[in-house]
Amino acid sequence: MNNKVQNNRAWLLVLPMLVLVAFSAIIPLMTVVNYSVQDVLGPNARFFTGTEWFSTMLNDSNLQAAFGRQILFSLTILAIQIPLGIGIALLMPKKGWQASAVLILITMPLLVPWNVVGSIWQIFTRGDIGLMGWSLRQIGIDYNITRNAGDAWFTIILMDVWHWTPLVAMLCYSGLRSIPEAYYQAARIDRASKWAVFRYIQLPKLTNVLVIAVLLRFMHSFMIYAEPFVLTGGGPGSSTTFLSQSLATMAIGQQDLGPSAAFSIIYFLVILLVSWIFYTTIMHMQKDKNSQGGA
Amino acid sequence: MSYQIENTQQGEKYNTIFSKVSSAERRRRNSRSRLKKRILLGIYIVLLMLPIYWLLNMSLQTNSEILGSMTLWPQNLTFDNYARIFSNPSWYMGYVNSLMYVVMNMIITMLVALPAAYAFSRYKFIGDKHLFFWLLTNLMAPPAVFLLPYFQLYYSVGLFDTHIAVALAHCLFNIPLAIWILEGFMSSVPKEIDETAYIDGYSFPKFFIKIFIPMISSGIGVVLFFLFMFSWVELLLARTLTATDAQPIGMIMTRTSTASGIDWGTLAAAGMLTIVPGILVVYFVRNHIAKGFALGRT
Amino acid sequence: MSWMVWTLPTAIFFSSIAAMLAGMTVWELRSPSIERKGFLPISTTRGDRLFISLLSAAFIHLGVVGFTSLSLLVASAVSVIWLLVMMRWG
Repeated sequence: MNNKVQNNRAWLLVLPMLVLVAFSAIIPLMTVVNYSVQDVLGPNARFFTGTEWFSTMLNDSNLQAAFGRQILFSLTILAIQIPLGIGIALLMPKKGWQASAVLILITMPLLVPWNVVGSIWQIFTRGDIGLMGWSLRQIGIDYNITRNAGDAWFTIILMDVWHWTPLVAMLCYSGLRSIPEAYYQAARIDRASKWAVFRYIQLPKLTNVLVIAVLLRFMHSFMIYAEPFVLTGGGPGSSTTFLSQSLATMAIGQQDLGPSAAFSIIYFLVILLVSWIFYTTIMHMQKDKNSQGGA
Repeated sequence: MSYQIENTQQGEKYNTIFSKVSSAERRRRNSRSRLKKRILLGIYIVLLMLPIYWLLNMSLQTNSEILGSMTLWPQNLTFDNYARIFSNPSWYMGYVNSLMYVVMNMIITMLVALPAAYAFSRYKFIGDKHLFFWLLTNLMAPPAVFLLPYFQLYYSVGLFDTHIAVALAHCLFNIPLAIWILEGFMSSVPKEIDETAYIDGYSFPKFFIKIFIPMISSGIGVVLFFLFMFSWVELLLARTLTATDAQPIGMIMTRTSTASGIDWGTLAAAGMLTIVPGILVVYFVRNHIAKGFALGRT
Repeated sequence: MSWMVWTLPTAIFFSSIAAMLAGMTVWELRSPSIERKGFLPISTTRGDRLFISLLSAAFIHLGVVGFTSLSLLVASAVSVIWLLVMMRWG
């Protein structure tokens, strides 16, 4: 890892990728910045507004509420999905046709288009034609996601757990498979308890994949859009309106380019800060590990 | 490592003393715990499959049966919903469109991500760490931020409503992801292999294609899986950049809700069909996935 | 290009970012930076310190714009001082 050669001609290998990503990332980003300081009414009617949109957006109570809900949502699903994913990975068979079959079944939710995930759960939870909604009503629970905010939250969390726990499980499963059989034999001979095997053999091997899992899950949950949009439409009221949806409503629904651009930039800066902290921490952990390994 | 060696040494000691006594009992305990594992896993999979089963169930019913009464399986099995999709070009072209931009995206991404990941895994160059971080931030950029500029960008370069537009737009998050995963795999290939190949007279492209790529094939399998997955499931950008000629299936599905209500049967059938390509992809890369899902970072 | 609705301030902003990147590249080529540990909890290179200062500058500006009635110039002044402090002792 540490014996990389200094060679600036490596830029030539990176260049094609850079051009493509920059085309899709930098030009739109610049445009968003331009929007954010103007009131754009049409191609020829625009006024410079300076920082006005930023101060409006930062003080907008709706957005602050959406931000709070977003954080709550992301933390909740991380708290559920990570332990559940580890648990499922421990249960999965290691070889044979069963392993393949389980693998294919478990990855299925990951490959459903996001708006279809919304549709599936919308159908599944409807009181009249959905299995879950219907069953809950049969046993006397007044379950209604379009009226009851608690039910809507519960359903969205359940949907996300359904949708994304497989990713965590797959990552952990693959991490577990890389542990040599000798470790387990040693532990068995040692009469190590199951907990000890997990704590001292399996968990350390899982740290790296878990970091990836947390990072991926945090990122995607932070910009979740299609699933709640289809399932609840952000309702009832605005109880399940998350950041992306507030943004989309503003930008597309109301055509308020300036404010939504300002909001996008604030959102982007938050994401940048969070991902930088994550990234630095990971790099730091790896560096510490490498230097310990070398010593 | 030291832990393992210590244990095996101790283990040998234990082994000689206890092996005969404990083996039968251990085996019994093992099989009981395995049974428990299987049951728990079975329950999870059943729960996981329930919503999908429900979709399948509805796709095989007529609308009157869906709305009429609660049936746990189709009473009058019908394939009309599927027939409607396969006989109508405006429906099945949605699948073709989606598949086309997904495949294009996979090819473009692989072509540019492989050399870039190689550069990151083998060389130090000015700004490498910052470039890598910048790439990762693109993974986190919420597409909702970029919708309008995207529309205008692709409109102004004349690519609006083409497959290639969606494929290029999806590069925004797929290229960084591919580089991130591939870099992990490439770094686990010892550098000596490169050096030996160069001494043996291989040119860089020949070495890369003949030797290096086969060595990281599980990595590539996993990357392809991820590329397919994220491009296939994304709809926000795909919807914004297309109108009629390259419209993705997810968008066409919204047509099922009309003034007279929602056509549940067709919606369910179309939804079922969006899952099928994914299952095929997983089936083809299943062995690589198990090995390589940890992204070469264990 | 007209759809990008450029304004003079944003054009200046992006040009100065580009100039900074170019400048850092030239500086790095002339005298490669060495990782060192300053008052920050992690060891950083020159580029890292620039990035940290720019990111914090963005948040300083947001804070001033959103939650105080101070002039934007105050934020900019604080950011420049912060940038210099970071580059020297960070």
